[in-house]
Amino acid sequence: MKKAILFLEDGRYFYGQALSATGDTSGEVVFNTSMTGYQEILTDPSYAGQIVAMTYPLIGNYGVNEEDVESNKIHLKGFVVKEFCRRHSNFRATKSLIDYLDENKIIAIEGIDTRALTRHIREKGAMKALISTEDLDLKSLQGKVNKAPSMEGSDWVEKVSVQEKYVWKGEERTEIKYKVAAIDCGIKFNILRILSRLGCEVHVFPAKTSAKELLAIKPDGLFVSNGPGDPAAVTYVIETLKQLFGKIPIFGICLGHQMLGLALGGKTFKLKFGHHGANHPVKHLMDGRIGITSQNHGFCVDIDSIKEGDIEIVDINLNDNTAEGLRHKKYPIISFQHHPEAAPGPHDVQYLFKYFIEMIEESKKAGKHA
Amino acid sequence: MPKRTDIKKILIIGSGPIVIGQACEFDYSGTQACRVLKEEGFEIVLVNSNPATIMTDPEIADQTYIEPLTPEFVEYVIEKERPCAILPTLGGQTALNIAMKLYENKVLEKYNVKMLGADYDVIKKAEDRQCFKEAILKIGLEVPESEFAYSMEEARVAVKKIGYPVIIRPSYTLGGTGGGFAHNDKEFEKIASLGLESSMNSEIIIEESIVGWKEYELEVMRDNKDNVVIVCSIENLDPMGVHTGDSITVAPAQTLTDKEYQIMRNASLAIIREIGVETGGSNIQFAIDPTNGRMIVIEMNPRVSRSSALASKATGFPIAKFAAKLAVGYSLDEIQNDITRETPASFEPTIDYCVVKAPRFTFEKFPEAKDILGVQMKSVGETMAIGRTFKEALQKSLRGLEIGHIGFDNKLDFNDIPDEKIETRLKEPNASRIFYIKYALQKGWSIERIFDLSKIDCWFLAHMEQIFNLEKEIVTTIEKEKDVPDDLLRKAKEYGFSDAQLSKMLGITEVEFRAKRKEKGIIATFKLVDTCAAEFEAYTPYFYSTYETEDEACLQIAKFDKEKACLPGASVGKRKRIMILGGGPNRIGQGIEFDYCCCHASFALGEMGYDTIMVNSNPETVSTDYDISDRLYFEPLTFEDVMNIVDVENPDGVIVQFGGQTPLNLAKRLSDAGVPIIGTSVESIDLAEDREKFSKLIKELGLIQPENGFANSAEEAVEVAKKIGYPVLARPSYVLGGRAMKIVYSKEGLLSFVEEAKEVSQGHPILIDKFIEDAVEVDVDAMSDGNDTFVAGIMEHIENAGIHSGDSACVLPPATISEIMVQQIREETRRIAKALNVIGLLNIQFAIKGRRLYVLEVNPRASRTVPFVSKATGMQLAKMAAQIMVGEPLSKFNLSYDKLDNMKHFSVKESVLPFSKFSGVDIVLGPEMKSTGEVMGIAATFGEAYAKSQTSAYQELPQKGKIFISVNDEDKRAIVFMAKRLADLGFSIVSTRGTAKVLRSNGVETEEVARYDQGAKNSLNTMRLLENNEIKLIINTPSGQRSQSDMRSIRAAANLHNVPCITTLQGAWAAINGIESRKIKKFSVQSLQQYYIG
Repeated sequence: MKKAILFLEDGRYFYGQALSATGDTSGEVVFNTSMTGYQEILTDPSYAGQIVAMTYPLIGNYGVNEEDVESNKIHLKGFVVKEFCRRHSNFRATKSLIDYLDENKIIAIEGIDTRALTRHIREKGAMKALISTEDLDLKSLQGKVNKAPSMEGSDWVEKVSVQEKYVWKGEERTEIKYKVAAIDCGIKFNILRILSRLGCEVHVFPAKTSAKELLAIKPDGLFVSNGPGDPAAVTYVIETLKQLFGKIPIFGICLGHQMLGLALGGKTFKLKFGHHGANHPVKHLMDGRIGITSQNHGFCVDIDSIKEGDIEIVDINLNDNTAEGLRHKKYPIISFQHHPEAAPGPHDVQYLFKYFIEMIEESKKAGKHA
Repeated sequence: MPKRTDIKKILIIGSGPIVIGQACEFDYSGTQACRVLKEEGFEIVLVNSNPATIMTDPEIADQTYIEPLTPEFVEYVIEKERPCAILPTLGGQTALNIAMKLYENKVLEKYNVKMLGADYDVIKKAEDRQCFKEAILKIGLEVPESEFAYSMEEARVAVKKIGYPVIIRPSYTLGGTGGGFAHNDKEFEKIASLGLESSMNSEIIIEESIVGWKEYELEVMRDNKDNVVIVCSIENLDPMGVHTGDSITVAPAQTLTDKEYQIMRNASLAIIREIGVETGGSNIQFAIDPTNGRMIVIEMNPRVSRSSALASKATGFPIAKFAAKLAVGYSLDEIQNDITRETPASFEPTIDYCVVKAPRFTFEKFPEAKDILGVQMKSVGETMAIGRTFKEALQKSLRGLEIGHIGFDNKLDFNDIPDEKIETRLKEPNASRIFYIKYALQKGWSIERIFDLSKIDCWFLAHMEQIFNLEKEIVTTIEKEKDVPDDLLRKAKEYGFSDAQLSKMLGITEVEFRAKRKEKGIIATFKLVDTCAAEFEAYTPYFYSTYETEDEACLQIAKFDKEKACLPGASVGKRKRIMILGGGPNRIGQGIEFDYCCCHASFALGEMGYDTIMVNSNPETVSTDYDISDRLYFEPLTFEDVMNIVDVENPDGVIVQFGGQTPLNLAKRLSDAGVPIIGTSVESIDLAEDREKFSKLIKELGLIQPENGFANSAEEAVEVAKKIGYPVLARPSYVLGGRAMKIVYSKEGLLSFVEEAKEVSQGHPILIDKFIEDAVEVDVDAMSDGNDTFVAGIMEHIENAGIHSGDSACVLPPATISEIMVQQIREETRRIAKALNVIGLLNIQFAIKGRRLYVLEVNPRASRTVPFVSKATGMQLAKMAAQIMVGEPLSKFNLSYDKLDNMKHFSVKESVLPFSKFSGVDIVLGPEMKSTGEVMGIAATFGEAYAKSQTSAYQELPQKGKIFISVNDEDKRAIVFMAKRLADLGFSIVSTRGTAKVLRSNGVETEEVARYDQGAKNSLNTMRLLENNEIKLIINTPSGQRSQSDMRSIRAAANLHNVPCITTLQGAWAAINGIESRKIKKFSVQSLQQYYIG
């Protein structure tokens, strides 16, 4: 096993062992507290630019399979765990996690006191970090990590968005009832699977698509996806959204929600270490129900910046009282900070997709869709 | 929704005596519930028959009834207390069943008592197999396929539909006779036809077999707003076919993808909603076909369970406390998670470690019983271990079991075990299967081969193989280099290898190894259990050890110190720390009583301003609740693990005398390592254990002891016995709970004992005491500060001397002992305490024969009876003893014998035996302890108290019917008078020839029956009478060495038919007293609080 180091921007470091991919990799280090779902996390485009540390210490237990992917590739920059499983066990597994990471040349480090790392991030905040299998010189590492790009202010969406628009191929038996345009900022497949199951034919567009092009397919609704990085840096999507308010029902998730918040005149701020896990309680104020949600975000819409005017907060995180969802009082716009599509995580709030369908139905009835 | 205001007084039902399958986890849950509801301002009425519980401490509830847990007695309590509501979901199956009965016989309606947590229909739906099956199918989930058949033709159709393998169960046969597994047509034809024959109504159930499937459990909580959370998932190492209580289990689930886990989670939500558990916790079991993921629902418990206790301790989420709050109207988001202090309870714990629970068995106590595991639970306790990896947690759990294993090790040499034996031991689930995996690995068997035999998932097996491979690597390295490099040593510690294992490999002592390891900087680090994987700052003082880079204990301790210093009235300077060592996994002879003592020590010292540190590894206990002590270390109770904690905590004192034998066994080594043991010195403890020194002391004090000697060989034993005269009490030295102790009446008996004892005594000498026949045994619990001594309890045994005190019923105050003898007992106790310089608790067993008082045994430590004495007298012994141990004088408590001498009530302790769980085992009591738990009966008269204790132990004394009497020749004279009284009370007497003759000639009308199964084909014999449920009580005294195989069968049958079986004259006398008092008047109930007022 090759010795490797995880070096943090503030000088804290951890030694561990690398898998077969070697070299340096840098990014913002965040921790994820899900006990299951590493394959979904690895393939979630929202983690682009980040090094993810899993708090659950035993990773790889059930291998990987063909189905549980959230995109076509691994997006995160580095993977940090306590112990990789050497022999997985699951009836659906097609290969081991180690092989999967190796094949994808992902720099991964094990043998790390991930709890100490998590506590450090909790106290000091998410920060830049670097994993190296080659350079173990602390001074040199400090120099490198200082030069790594920061999350704040950087646009990661253009790196993960599709180049060409495409139509999601859903399950054959579902009846198509609606046509939906989706702005892909790093969309997770499970969102597409769910929309498709609800009867949507989803046209997935590159993030830089203009409002006019989106409307050209005459969609019944617009979906703004999750994605990586700072929402404030994705000015082009924010502009597009502004042009579409009131013209078409809009539903957003995660980064999509943040960009909607910005487009509606609100502000976003960076959380100290973000929410990354599958156990966050969220209260949906429209029906009072509490759902255990899947979350993955480093930025957040500032409640105070939008609570006046036409915006209504519809979801609240019960742990820290941050905004988890918003709705426009006049226009058919609703968005959620957490992930109703789960994958990984509980399915408690999957029902929230119904609001999108309801908005579409209403607007169809009113006959005013563009 | 805030707290309900329509209820004020709540009745909580406990779970009664500790039995296999229902242990102290319900003390944990009941105590949490009482405390939190009292805090909420409700008036709490508690009923429980088990005095060794924290929940029956008088300050926990407002009114505490130690009364039998039967619908009848609970009705008396309801009648008297008129509670508004009853909370039945925290006292195990016992409480649930009583509540159901009270509903069915309309008692709840009559007194207008509401059911909280789960109502009648909900419980019914969850508990009734058919209702449950329908509910599960209704929501689109699966249960095992099954069909009824009444003929072979129907059976063949059914099996075709279901597919092999199947289980065939004939209906209405006792103990599942005539059923079995069929894997093919041939087996099926045989078993099905046999089953149809043996079923009373020719009915068999053919059920799809899911043996060998993966087994999971989810702990679910729901509030009245329909918010549901999953607290914990558990995966069983032992696949389906082994009771989950007997399985090694792991949290969280390991081999489910998120997709599969969410399917199971969704199913759990759907089930709890469909069954309708409105508030509180439930646990749901699932089986998964490992080949295709097909999921089947096994069962649901609509209440807090053993698994919930485990889940609570595994995650830090206090299920019982929250269940109680939910039951009175709060919703999850209104309850604060006191671990993070700012997040609500409506979240799902996420953990960053691995938890392993391992069951503790006691088959050595029941040599006739096979250690084969199945659907009936057989383990008596469990230990839980936490580690950062499965490997670490597994090894910690195995050494935490305290069964002589120091990790995933091997006691036997694998070369000596034939392959066939390993195959059988892997295939047929049994108590030591895990170690046979080790032997198989040593033999070089592949994981696949072990899996094929055991069906234990390869994930687990692969980790065990990693442990084994590392062990091999270390051993080879040592062979080559005579030492282990640091990085390999560190890896070994990360893999959970104990110092004991590693020092053995290196051929040095554990102490040497420990010093060496510390020198190399390989030091245990402590991590926090915080429900949230460090995402939030946590305030829980709950730790486990591991080998990582960062230690949180030091940080956390500093934080607590700072917080404490800010409290009003805080003293300046560092608070003193006292560490209390707990008792580890429950076993026969060491259980809840010691946990009770440990908790009390913690309470008392906490009140005095000490920082209390609890160390224990038993997840069922109250002591392992994180809010009992200032800090909790969930660790195995081994020298190494305790020393690691000592290193971070630097305690000012360590208490070893409250946790039973476990901490006592560590005392010497800890003391040698410089640990400040407080209370009675290690030397005194040793002196009491050392037969020679002890005999000398007794002589010096002018007291008497039965004649005794010891022997190192069979010849010596015969010689000693000859000198002191038969009968003798023979036992191996250095064993617990009277292990392998026997009363021997002859040379032949002695020789066979010596042969049997070889394995147990392991080279130690055999102790031989004169056995004093027909003596009255007395147990004494006392406290001493080194100068003064106070005898708090004198308990007179109801069984003969020679029956282990833990199995014997006893009464306090003594019912037949003279005042002069009581004075003598007090005086002798005082002198012994002084001579041993006892500081703390002291237990002495005396035997009284005529006017002579023999000292049988002295234990300078907390005894099993401390809680019983405390409840009976209202004096909290353990609390006072703890204060004495930190230097308070006994005089501080102003104790006087006047109060004891003028007590107006009798308390009877009765033990509860596990024989029904071990078929084929003879029910006869002896010097080896066999009971798992105890109950208490309190009343104004001895007879009434005894009768209550019997009802509490579920061997209710009859009020009419036939009584079978068969006694040995020595007892025949004495039985006549008793038989007369029974006849006068309206019973008819049935006897075998010898006894019948004596009774008739003394004018007692007696029906004579043949012994056992003798006699003409249709004539009556004892067995048939028993089977026809005609006999209501058996009085059968066994004698010395005579062959009594028929009597054994009678007692076994009595056990099977739930007929009380009395085996001593003292017992018979007490029973008759009890029957009489019950005939005279209706029982009344009274709370402890009222008894104490007097």
